[in-house]
Amino acid sequence: MALLSFEKKYRVRGGTLVGGDLCDFWVGPFYVGFWGLSVAFFALLGTILIFYGAALGDTWNPWLISIEPPELEVGLGFAPLQEGGLWQLITICAHGAFISWALREVEISRKLGMGLHIPVAFAVAILAYTTLVVIRPVLMGAWGHGFPYGIWSHLDWVNNVGYAYGNFHYNPAHMIAVSLFFTTTLALALHGSLILSAANPEKGQEMRSPDHEDTFFRDFIGYSIGPLGIHRLGLLLALNAVIWSAICIVISGTVWFDAWSEWWFWYVDLPMWVDIEGGVNG
Amino acid sequence: MVEYQNIFTQVQVQGPPEMGVEEGVPLNERTNSARFSKLLGWFGNAQLGPIYLGSFGVVGLATGLIWFVMVGASYWAQADYNPAIFLRDLFYFSLEPPAEEYGLSMPPMKEGGLWLIASFFLLVSVLSWWLRSYELARQLKMGKHVFYAFGAAIWLFLVLGLIRPVLMGSWSEAVPYGIFSHLDWTMNFSVVYGNLFYNPFHALSIVFLYGSALLFAMHGATILAVSRFGGDRELEQIADRGTASERAALFWRWTMGFNASMEGIHRWAWWFAVLTTITGGIGILLTGTVVDNWYYWAQLHGYAPMN
Repeated sequence: MALLSFEKKYRVRGGTLVGGDLCDFWVGPFYVGFWGLSVAFFALLGTILIFYGAALGDTWNPWLISIEPPELEVGLGFAPLQEGGLWQLITICAHGAFISWALREVEISRKLGMGLHIPVAFAVAILAYTTLVVIRPVLMGAWGHGFPYGIWSHLDWVNNVGYAYGNFHYNPAHMIAVSLFFTTTLALALHGSLILSAANPEKGQEMRSPDHEDTFFRDFIGYSIGPLGIHRLGLLLALNAVIWSAICIVISGTVWFDAWSEWWFWYVDLPMWVDIEGGVNG
Repeated sequence: MVEYQNIFTQVQVQGPPEMGVEEGVPLNERTNSARFSKLLGWFGNAQLGPIYLGSFGVVGLATGLIWFVMVGASYWAQADYNPAIFLRDLFYFSLEPPAEEYGLSMPPMKEGGLWLIASFFLLVSVLSWWLRSYELARQLKMGKHVFYAFGAAIWLFLVLGLIRPVLMGSWSEAVPYGIFSHLDWTMNFSVVYGNLFYNPFHALSIVFLYGSALLFAMHGATILAVSRFGGDRELEQIADRGTASERAALFWRWTMGFNASMEGIHRWAWWFAVLTTITGGIGILLTGTVVDNWYYWAQLHGYAPMN
């Protein structure tokens, strides 16, 4: 059934950004709205173009199908459909669908009287995608710097772009981003564990209270951030992981062109210690 | 609308510190004071402390400190005992595991012996802290979910530093203790075994890592967005569903056709986070022991192009 037991009283009119009551309806569990129609249009068109591109390619192996961006020689111009034009159209469709999805989330948030944290968070993810396929290619002067749309081909892209700057792990923004991803996952594990361990206590015990949660973490590490704070922390960590990922790639090839290991020489070469013999760099 | 966007705590209320529920906790192991930080209070709870020590806590902290000091002492020697060099080359120093020819035997101190001893203390430290997570949950009669999740992280840690080196027959396979050196190790590991991107367990691990970030962004944002209905009081919402849970669930149902429950989302969270290190550990364990070259392996199994 599409309707939850308590759902009916929440299905009210209003909250739309565009179109008033015109598209204010549901299909099954899905809310539609103007932006829902917009999502459907872009997602369908984009998917059809991907299948068209796959049909033009030489494999139907789903792991290996790939829609390649234009050659670097095309620069920032339009490419013929079979030579990267499809990639350009699919990129436009992806943006249309993602942005429409975010705006549809705004409409749903407004309808439910909720804050706008979710669409704002999603916008950060969209921005990271835009950084990869629009902002960095434009800054570098060619659409060919975008990544190909394929399961394994995009991994090859990550691999090759990484090696183009030596050991990409030395990229300071990449260091921060990876640390944030790991920390987010650690925090998620701890939060999920804490809630589950309080809601599912030892056999025969009553459900534990929020005081037990605070006590466990204070006993464990001397600090409990609290039931509200952990969600702020989780959101902040996750969004920063994405933001620093976007930063680490957009600075590669735009403001830094060498191996990332050489970036650190500014620190080693500070005048106060550059001439001291010994150690690793002496 | 702006006042509904819960971003930070605007009014901080402060009473006497909460010293924790007692249950079966031996209170002489718990410190008996707490402080408040206004800065922390903007974000989460302002209260700092108390903390429970206990045998596992003391052993964990002490052995962890020994590992830290041993690594630091090694760096200090590498810096020729010069503080300027120490700071200049801090990221370049490394306490390296023994060379390959020592196999699993005890090498001289300066050729990996120190690494081996430091690793032993780190192992004791991590395991004590692990047992502590069990002990504390048991005292409060809570589930052991933190303990099992921590165990999943320790699995990856053990694979990298103990299980795989033993299977390969040499401590030289383990990860060095250094900022840049562990990055070099990671890079080299991928190159030697034919590109780790083609290791399906590495791919799974990344999926769960990114999935965890996605889930926490979704969950954190959802709870903050319904916090004015009391959505942050998750245990109460699990026991007795309120309008916050209903709105949070309907948001996702209307957005993507599917929703978790207030308890269920934490099960999704737990599994995604835990599977990150479980699959990662499997991927590392298979590398060099079962599979020598992931790229050839991928070609063999039809997901890398044949050259």
